[in-house]
Amino acid sequence: MRTILRFEILKTCRRWRSYIAFAAIAVVVPLIMVAVRLEGDALAEVFPPGTMTGALVPEDIVNGYSLTFLIMNSLWLHIPFLITLVAGDQLAGEAAGGTLRPLLSHPASRSTILFAKYLTTLMYSGAVVGFLVGLSLCLGVALFGTGPMIVPGKLLITIPGSDALWRLCLAGGLSAWGMSTVASFAFLLSSLADNALGPILGTIACMIALYVVSAIPLDLFQAIKPFLFTTYLSIWQMAGEQPIAWLEIGRSALILCGFSVGFYLITWYIFTTKDILS
Amino acid sequence: MSDEIVLQTKNLGKQYGRRWAVQNLDLTVRRGEVFGFLGPNGAGKSTTIRMILTLVNPTTGHVELFGKPLPGNRRKSLMRVGGLVERPDFYPYLSARCNLEAQAALRGGIPPGDIDEVLALVGLDARAGEQVKTYSHGMKQRLGIAQALLGRPELVILDEPTSGLDPQGIKEVRDLISRLSQERGMTVFLSSHMLHEIEQTATGVAIISNGKLAVQGSVNELLYDRELTVRIEAHPVDRAMALLGKLPYHHTLNRADRQIELRCFPVHAGEVNRILVQGGVEVRAFVPRTSLEEFFLSVTESRIPAVSASPRGGAGKRP
Repeated sequence: MRTILRFEILKTCRRWRSYIAFAAIAVVVPLIMVAVRLEGDALAEVFPPGTMTGALVPEDIVNGYSLTFLIMNSLWLHIPFLITLVAGDQLAGEAAGGTLRPLLSHPASRSTILFAKYLTTLMYSGAVVGFLVGLSLCLGVALFGTGPMIVPGKLLITIPGSDALWRLCLAGGLSAWGMSTVASFAFLLSSLADNALGPILGTIACMIALYVVSAIPLDLFQAIKPFLFTTYLSIWQMAGEQPIAWLEIGRSALILCGFSVGFYLITWYIFTTKDILS
Repeated sequence: MSDEIVLQTKNLGKQYGRRWAVQNLDLTVRRGEVFGFLGPNGAGKSTTIRMILTLVNPTTGHVELFGKPLPGNRRKSLMRVGGLVERPDFYPYLSARCNLEAQAALRGGIPPGDIDEVLALVGLDARAGEQVKTYSHGMKQRLGIAQALLGRPELVILDEPTSGLDPQGIKEVRDLISRLSQERGMTVFLSSHMLHEIEQTATGVAIISNGKLAVQGSVNELLYDRELTVRIEAHPVDRAMALLGKLPYHHTLNRADRQIELRCFPVHAGEVNRILVQGGVEVRAFVPRTSLEEFFLSVTESRIPAVSASPRGGAGKRP
């Protein structure tokens, strides 16, 4: 199992596709930083005037911590898309390349191979989130220094600079947790297709559809909202609440885990019983 | 060749939608044999191989490897089997050696040095460090065979291993198969759509047509110890018929193309030809074919077979 996992990781590391996410983040994050550096004052206007307390000046808002939290908003769709590029390819890419035949005609069981691929996918999505948060934080602090972390929302929340770092780490961890559910969903679609494009577009299309449904204020749609996995992807934002609702975080994390396990079990059933015709 | 049965399929069948790709297939492969699995494209050869290697679940029947049914003993059985299914596909961005290492991991690891050995066996040791995307089709094909030899399997299953190779490459693969069988005592299960290829390497043969077994037996028995059908184009044909009438061989005149069809054993074919020529008949064509060849041609041309050598299954009819 360990050697199989090692080769799955190696395969992921050796493909240029795997680096699209890192390249995209490495371009977008510095770009935002530079834009903020040039037009920092404008950012202060993001926050409604009434919410600004007298003690806060734009210099307080524009700091490494606040910027990182702001950039993490790309976790709604941009980061899922980047993760899906690899997660959706895990099984479908092997089918498209014809390598599923040699992979599954050796003694190693399909369950073992699937598990190794799933672990690789989870590690990958964790690495992408880690890179996003890490790069934003490092660049942000280097360019703008530290300060109180401002969390925009219905109420403007200010988290003291001394707490900001662990709050951001928590947000990163929770978003990695959420992204693993997205990755599990893409992985499930990947087991159904013989071409990676379907699972990638399918995952993103589903997510957009679910976001739209969640946003429509109809009773029916609001009633099904708790049953959609996208509802819980906001879990990382809870790290910016004051005080932290640990119970709520635990509940959302548990539900996300349930979705991931559910998606994995369906994938396992499909993958272990299907005829390999590619 | 011993009597131990290495591979057996029992009433094996696979249905895709309403179409039966393979039906009622009973194959028996004994230890030490080079077994030729012959059939035209689309006859069900690959589907059968996929079922043997557990890539496809049979609709009916089952496969037995080393006397134990699949899929129950999958892991233990497949440890003793190596296979190449259809095209040799690899991870193009990894080196040949790395591709083999990845596959060795799926066998729970193999003794160190074995990868070098199989690479040398197929003549790829010099370029083993290069990415597979730089490989030609022939090299990939050889790497595919190397892959099937990982872990020193007792049974090697090769699906059309010479497809797309040039004559030199075909000869090399053929020699390699003979060596595997003779020097290493491996049992080789070889699929092909070309009779002459099987004729040259195999000891046992089965012909499959439209998913059904048409013939199974030893190559010697099917090819050499049987009557030939000789097609003769002679002029004048009436004199030829008169001359042949004095000989004890069954012969008929095809009214449509004015060709004579004669059946005799291979040793007598020369004599027939001599008698015709000495009798003043101009022999324009003299084409001997074994009954297996006749049969195989009739199968590949998807006509209903006229001649069948020791038929086991039903004649090739569309399900």
